[in-house]
Amino acid sequence: MTWSDMSPLLWQATGQTAQIVAWSTLFTVLFGLPLGVALVGTDRGGLFPAPVANRVLGAVVNVGRSLPFIVLMIAVMPVTRLIIGTTIGAGAAAVPLTIGAAPFFARLVETALRGVGRDVVQAAQAMGASRGTIVAKVLLPEALPGLVAALTVTIVTLVSYSAMAGVIGGGGLGDLAIRYGYQRFETGLMIVTVVVLVVIVQAVQSLGDAVSRRLTRR
Amino acid sequence: MIKVSGLRKAYGSVVAVDGVDLHVREGEIFGVLGQSGAGKSTLLRCVNLLERPTGGSVTVGGRELTALGDRELRQARQGIGMIHQHFALLSSRTVAGNVAFPLEIMGVPRGERVRRVEELLDLVGLAGKAGAYPAQLSGGQKQRVGIARALAGRPSVLLSDEATSALDPGTTQSILALLKRLNRDFGLTILLITHEMDVIRAVCDSAAIMSAGRIEEAGRIADLLARPGSRLTEELFPLPPAEPGSVTITFTGAYSGRADEAVVSQVVRKFDVDVNILGGALEDVAGVSAGRLRVRLTGGESEAALGYLRDRGLLVEVAAR
Repeated sequence: MTWSDMSPLLWQATGQTAQIVAWSTLFTVLFGLPLGVALVGTDRGGLFPAPVANRVLGAVVNVGRSLPFIVLMIAVMPVTRLIIGTTIGAGAAAVPLTIGAAPFFARLVETALRGVGRDVVQAAQAMGASRGTIVAKVLLPEALPGLVAALTVTIVTLVSYSAMAGVIGGGGLGDLAIRYGYQRFETGLMIVTVVVLVVIVQAVQSLGDAVSRRLTRR
Repeated sequence: MIKVSGLRKAYGSVVAVDGVDLHVREGEIFGVLGQSGAGKSTLLRCVNLLERPTGGSVTVGGRELTALGDRELRQARQGIGMIHQHFALLSSRTVAGNVAFPLEIMGVPRGERVRRVEELLDLVGLAGKAGAYPAQLSGGQKQRVGIARALAGRPSVLLSDEATSALDPGTTQSILALLKRLNRDFGLTILLITHEMDVIRAVCDSAAIMSAGRIEEAGRIADLLARPGSRLTEELFPLPPAEPGSVTITFTGAYSGRADEAVVSQVVRKFDVDVNILGGALEDVAGVSAGRLRVRLTGGESEAALGYLRDRGLLVEVAAR
């Protein structure tokens, strides 16, 4: 296989991966961020303590995190069909990816938010801030560098999970590596695919680190 | 201005504050002195209900906070400033942003916020630091930001939670001077807690000594100095343990106007006694100079001499033989 044969395949697969990762990142943040806030807030001594809810949320998150992604992907197919209308393709891949990554992201958000000093939260309470204000103007901004780092790690995880999306016809670089590289013994293409993946992960991580550092005022 | 009655705070079986009554008058600086673990921090945090008291009531500026609902309590807190030992500034915001924060909470419009922040930074001597982040400031500067932030809502009451304990002595003095100035210029009532006697000495009009969750003694410092056996006086002027028969003379506020009177040599001359000085100290307390002297009187008419001293407005305590 020559470079001119590989190039369009690579471009297409990279585009698919980018699309899958972009959508699933969006929904992961949409669900994972509030979940992370809820994990911290409902805890004992939190902003809106609710021990039972906290226990339940924690359990749900743990279940989500302990399922192997490949199993999860197949297990949630009925849900996928309900939401997207199909279980095949890039859109369909975003559903299990979101379900797999949101609990993971939520835990990282939880850790980042716990890093915000209690004294700062109490100072805001002493000023008469409402709980919503404390979340929006104290917890999230103060934890922002940590949240960006959490997002970075999550995106990298999503890139790696997305490689498995090929199984359900989601396409992408992982799919390319398996179909051509592994099944058709195109070792050259496989190596190039791996290199592209490494470059993407490296780029995401470096960008995330740089942004996180920029935001750190400590 | 602040009235605390029968305040109790228990964490399970641990009682942090055990039936405290406290009355802080309008326009005074009231200091609560105590060791760490005495419950003074819990007491202070009960005043703006950061901690919900287990029992008792708290009234600030005529409003009984313990009777308020969530929303009204938040409103009431906006009129009570608070400064913290470790400053509790938002690291993600600039100095100006930190001072603006309580104004945002209160819903002050942007233009007015900017003006007020500028005014406040001027007031605390940080006019040039508006754009700096807390991490770029010294401890003293951080506390000035904390003070500016606490004053943003024009509170009538300021609560100070060990505000100078993380600062070096020089910086402590400058922060205390700032608090004193705010108290004098704006009639700001300040309730502070501290474990440092120097803080009480430097700025307080009234004081309370707290230990094991209870107030041992409280009142105007001038009054406490005139009270026999006062713990506060003991703390202010530490003297070696009184030997039997030794006499402790406290120069109270009532006497301070005549501090240049050579009272000891008068006693020696008039009553033919020998005065042996065992220890003593003289300090400026609550704006007046006060002192304590421990002596032994021998010979002559020592009883009459003691009476003479008492007549001069001095507090005379004789240790039991």
